[in-house]
Amino acid sequence: MSARTTLLVALAAAVVFTGLSSAYVVNEMDQVIITQFGKPIGEPIADAGLHFRIPLIQKVNRFDKRWLEWDGEPDEMPTREKTLIFVDTYARWRIADPLKFFTATNGIDGIAQSRLDGIIDPETRNVVARHDLIEVVRSSDRTFELNLDAQQFDSSLGQTAQPSITAGRDALAQLILQDAAEKARQQLGIELKDLQFQRVNYTGTVQTKVYDRMISERKRIAEGYRSEGEGKRAEILGRKELDLKKIESDAYREVQTIRGKADADATAIYARAYNLEPELYRMLKSLESYEQSFDEDSWIILSTDSDYLKPMVEVPR
Amino acid sequence: MSSFDPFSDAYRRQASDLKKAVQRHRRRLINLAIIGLVLFGAWSSYYQVEPEELGVVLRFGRHIGNSEPGPHFKIPFGVDRVTKVPVGRQLQQEFGFRTTMGGVRSDFERDSRATDEATMLTGDRNVAIVEWIVQYRIASPEKYLFKFRSVEKTLRLMAEATMRSVVGDHSIDEVLTTGRESIEQLARTKLIELSEFYDTGLSIELVNLKNVNVPPPVQPALREVEEAKQERERMINEAWSEYNKVIPRATGLAEQAKENARGYAVERVNRAKGDAELFSALVAEYRKATTVTRTRLYLESMTRVLGKAKHKVLVDAKTQGLVPLLNLPQGGKP
Repeated sequence: MSARTTLLVALAAAVVFTGLSSAYVVNEMDQVIITQFGKPIGEPIADAGLHFRIPLIQKVNRFDKRWLEWDGEPDEMPTREKTLIFVDTYARWRIADPLKFFTATNGIDGIAQSRLDGIIDPETRNVVARHDLIEVVRSSDRTFELNLDAQQFDSSLGQTAQPSITAGRDALAQLILQDAAEKARQQLGIELKDLQFQRVNYTGTVQTKVYDRMISERKRIAEGYRSEGEGKRAEILGRKELDLKKIESDAYREVQTIRGKADADATAIYARAYNLEPELYRMLKSLESYEQSFDEDSWIILSTDSDYLKPMVEVPR
Repeated sequence: MSSFDPFSDAYRRQASDLKKAVQRHRRRLINLAIIGLVLFGAWSSYYQVEPEELGVVLRFGRHIGNSEPGPHFKIPFGVDRVTKVPVGRQLQQEFGFRTTMGGVRSDFERDSRATDEATMLTGDRNVAIVEWIVQYRIASPEKYLFKFRSVEKTLRLMAEATMRSVVGDHSIDEVLTTGRESIEQLARTKLIELSEFYDTGLSIELVNLKNVNVPPPVQPALREVEEAKQERERMINEAWSEYNKVIPRATGLAEQAKENARGYAVERVNRAKGDAELFSALVAEYRKATTVTRTRLYLESMTRVLGKAKHKVLVDAKTQGLVPLLNLPQGGKP
């Protein structure tokens, strides 16, 4: 290979290298700041496609153009009524001002996240400390539907016990967002679009107490059911006694009425018949009575002047 | 090149042999290289999009269009880049539990993370364990790729926030029993609203509650309520069985007594009527011959009475002080 060819090859390589290193690609999800010796040059480039720069001197700094998530750590904090809760928030943010973002965070994601922690966490703490727990948990004033358990045995869950909600979860999140968004924009060049309470939970000791209360509430309901069971049983057994007495006495009354009426009817029938000839009836009954009251062991002493013996002692004439 | 490594004669000889060989086959080698490059270019420019996917094509980082399922070509060597997004696939996220695949070792940390996901406060300051799933589809692959760093992670956060907000507006009893359906509906509506507000490009298809319970320490107490309900039912049933053991029988006995009484009544009246008929018949005859009938009846009767008795004493009407004479023993037996 001659020296001329070698030179040509080297020249070509240099041109290709310069061309390649001066071209750079901006992705759809990226925005770019060009720095020259560490100093930002020109406006940020957000237009996706092929772009060029001065090689070696200018440096390409890429930033995400997309929405990013900030997911806070659960933070222990007191509410207005001094209940300790864990609050875990998340927010959506993006780099709105890459230059400011670049100067504030050096373009390092981790630094941005911890700077956001520093802005959002104190705001959350402030807002939560100014409100009752129920405002963080609930988002509306809707009244609970009482189920059967509650209706029967749990007066504490009644409508009157429900506190009214003045702000609510979403409103509190908005309060935090407002102040935090302003700070994030000014300090970090970050646009905070939304913030939500991801999780709200009781801390350890509070949780134990809440569980104990829940257990006692359930036990109260359970006792209610047991006692209702006993009550119902007593009621049914009482009804059994009542029904039994009623059935028996009704039957007795009816039996006596039927028998009484039958006796009365019979008596009337007898009376009507015997009244035709009372004399005959008396005679028949007397005779019947004699026949029944004398048996073979009876002594019968008859006077000769009785009607029965008269024909025997009086000689017929 | 020629002055490369002058260490040994053998090496030098070998190198010059190689050089000669290269010079001899130069044209063939160049052809081979060109063919290889073309083949590589062809191979790397071909790509295929599966039926449930959409290919998002970037040229120098700029989005130039999407490719439908089927075989396609692109400019190789990193000019065109294609990301395939499964737009037709139904995707699912689980909250509070993980469907463990075979062979995956379930470790403790993961479990406690799932529990943290599921633990939430209800509107009456109680704690519920709610497990649920969200099914969704990627409706817009552009938004999916270009607008969010991680839509999946954002969706998890959104789903947790909306579910907690809905559960926070219900009582524990509603969460456990009556409110399930409306909670699913509300959580879905809220998640869709939030997803539209964020412009995620996801279509939320379904929010489905799975296991809903109270925290483990409270579960025995909850079961106790169920048991107490059963116990109440049992007591009521037992009482009714006691009732049923007695009352129908008593009703039957009462009916029997009434029937007996009715029987008595019928018999009594019929007998009375019979007796009356008999008497009436007798009266008719008696009236025709009163004295004779009386005498006949009297004598017939006396015959029967006196015929039975073994001891008969006839006393003259003029006799007096009869009783001492007879010396009757007590009870009328001699």
